[in-house]
Amino acid sequence: MKTGAKILVEGLQREGVDIIFGYPGGVILPVYDELYDSPIRHILVRHEQAAAHAADGYARASGRVGVCLATSGPGACNLVTGIANAYMDSVPMVALTGQVPTSLLGNDAFQEADITGITLPVTKHSYLVKRTVDVDRVVQEAFYIARTGRPGPVLIDLPKDVTAGQIDEVPPLPEKVHLRGYQPTLKGHTRQIDKAIELIEKAERPVIYAGGGIITSEASGEMVQLAERLLCPVTTTLMGLGSIPCDHPLNLGMLGMHGTAYANYAVTESDLLIALGVRFDDRVTGKLSTFAPHAQIIHVDIDPAEIGKNKKVDVPIVGDLRSVLQTMLHRMKKRDDRKHWLAKVRAWMRKHPLSYKSDGCLRPQYVIQELSNLLKGEGIIVSEVGQNQMWTAQWYCFRNPRSWLSSGGLGTMGYGFPAAIGAHFARPDETVVDIAGDGSFQMNIQELGTVAANNIPVKVVILNNMFLGMVRQWQELFYDHRYSYTELPPVDFVGIAKAYGIDGLRVEQSEEVPSALRTMIETEGPFILDVRIEREENVFPMVPAGAAINEMIGGHVVPERELELAAAEEGDATFRPGRKAV
Amino acid sequence: MKAHTLSVLVENRAGVLTRVSGLFARRGFNIESLAVGASELPGMSRMTIVVIGDDAQVEQVMKQLNKLIDVIKVSDITESEIVDRELALIKVNAEPGSSRSEVMQIASIFRAQIVDVGAKTVVLQVAGDPGKIEALERLLRQFGVKELIRTGKISMLRGAKTVQPTK
Ligand SMILES: Cc1ncc(C[n+]2csc(CCOP(=O)(O)OP(=O)(O)O)c2C)c(N)n1
Repeated sequence: MKTGAKILVEGLQREGVDIIFGYPGGVILPVYDELYDSPIRHILVRHEQAAAHAADGYARASGRVGVCLATSGPGACNLVTGIANAYMDSVPMVALTGQVPTSLLGNDAFQEADITGITLPVTKHSYLVKRTVDVDRVVQEAFYIARTGRPGPVLIDLPKDVTAGQIDEVPPLPEKVHLRGYQPTLKGHTRQIDKAIELIEKAERPVIYAGGGIITSEASGEMVQLAERLLCPVTTTLMGLGSIPCDHPLNLGMLGMHGTAYANYAVTESDLLIALGVRFDDRVTGKLSTFAPHAQIIHVDIDPAEIGKNKKVDVPIVGDLRSVLQTMLHRMKKRDDRKHWLAKVRAWMRKHPLSYKSDGCLRPQYVIQELSNLLKGEGIIVSEVGQNQMWTAQWYCFRNPRSWLSSGGLGTMGYGFPAAIGAHFARPDETVVDIAGDGSFQMNIQELGTVAANNIPVKVVILNNMFLGMVRQWQELFYDHRYSYTELPPVDFVGIAKAYGIDGLRVEQSEEVPSALRTMIETEGPFILDVRIEREENVFPMVPAGAAINEMIGGHVVPERELELAAAEEGDATFRPGRKAV
Repeated sequence: MKAHTLSVLVENRAGVLTRVSGLFARRGFNIESLAVGASELPGMSRMTIVVIGDDAQVEQVMKQLNKLIDVIKVSDITESEIVDRELALIKVNAEPGSSRSEVMQIASIFRAQIVDVGAKTVVLQVAGDPGKIEALERLLRQFGVKELIRTGKISMLRGAKTVQPTK
């Protein structure tokens, strides 16, 4: 005889689960009882939203399926933001929720919420399990669906009588899951690949536009190799950061609303856009009709629905990126006749670098640059949402895939801190830093409790501007400086950390930044760094919503005479073109 | 913008209809009709969905439908040779006397059956393509249509061809 809960927990083990982030409650008790002496570790969070984000962070940092667990009703509802967040960013996750007994379903019973209904639009799939004998199969299917194809969250809703109920024999599972309605295409269509190669060979001004799909399919190596072979510059989305080392000579950094000017110019001037694992999000494309207006487009993605969704594509290729790129690499010869195009791109990099004022004020970009130098671009960097996120994307020198975790599609404030917790458990030897805003940090600040209780060595750098900075920036630029409800009173974050028994430090002067960062990194265990930055610093350049991406505001242009001098810097190994303190 | 007829094979499972209709609502696709019922294949149902949109929109509908795990196969059969049928029940005023015989005459022209006769009304059952049903309804309007129920159309490929699970 086995209970549903036991079958569930054994199923999780079989799927390779080593950790669950969760929060208990009435109807999920049978599962918690089973976890009591299971080898699977459970981390008790302080709010279920954090459980979902932690599972998400775990998944992004490791590539494995993250698991979160909550009780019915309020517990399940608290997961929703985290599930939606994972859905938008295609993160493999299994969310387990308790449910009222099947006999009470639909009766508005105590703590009943139709969680499969509520999450329908934000899950890849979901199950309401009605019989104990189905538990094992559902677990197997859920993990399979979550991690294959375009990954995403799968929810399993478990009524209490299903987990408490017992069955004599668990029906054997198939070796491999077969779902007649779900067979993701993995290999690209040969003829389409031929056509793509033909276009690439003809192109004079190609640009690779790479997104989160590269990271998911572990195709960074192939992508960089392709770029090098073709002498083709690469720009990445927010989600694609880390797929090519920041200081790779072909890397143009991020494109789009807060992308680099040179990436946006390159895309606008290109005659071929090689779009890899991206979805032409409006934050990337700006005004669609003027996005890459001279380019033919090759779009490779595992999800056919993304191809042609926003922008007409010349060569669609549905398939796993890694496999498609390998096929392409196999067949593509080296090119070195695109020097002219590269020179043009290089010139833009010199002329329109990302920049910030280095005038002794405490600027957030400097903080991130220093952190990047200190960690040599390694570690796992997590961000919250807002200016902190964009500055990190612009100024941290990412070198590795899965080293950057950020809420891209949903833009969820409060994602970073719990995601950092999850990332730590995925890769315990890495330094994990959450770069936060004071607004976002307070959205899941209660997780200081989780961090303290488990001595989780995540570091939080709060870029504290006492504003909901990104919203304030929009109000400054587009609403005539009317700062309607975006100012936040000062908070003693170090004091709060101390109350939880966590170390922290406040920084108010630019000169203190390097040593404070060092203290933070060298301190064992968690650490909160409250950095009081210039309050009204903006993220630039910026493409106003709905404008063409080459119509940026606030970018820096290097004067001609400086450009001549700068030519000398090129020889310097530490010189990163396109980024500059001025 | 035109009407596209999609023949969709789905798992016969709780929640499938919600998933499909939810998808249409969420993505702002316009459903004109949706009819669903069991098929000859064990555990599978067939849906006929009529959706209004331009080609790109309908392509997106089909791709999104295909992403649902419970959807096994989606075919756009608009341009194929198909049999279209819809059933309607129409309750129409028909006082004994001249209007009743007129209604019955119209019914017979449309090969509609009279399935219920009341003191002041009759209920007609008519099957055919949606155009025929609309034409009948128009003619009956003069008598006063008290209630009209349509099943939504179902469509099948002509000849030996079928829509089969090879997603
Ligand atoms: C949950 C949630 N609510 C609201 C928003 C809208 N929003 C986007 S950025 C932002 C301000 C973020 O402020 P803060 O965390 O202090 O970061 P900063 O921009 O100052 O770096 C807000 C409110 C959001 N993204 N997420």
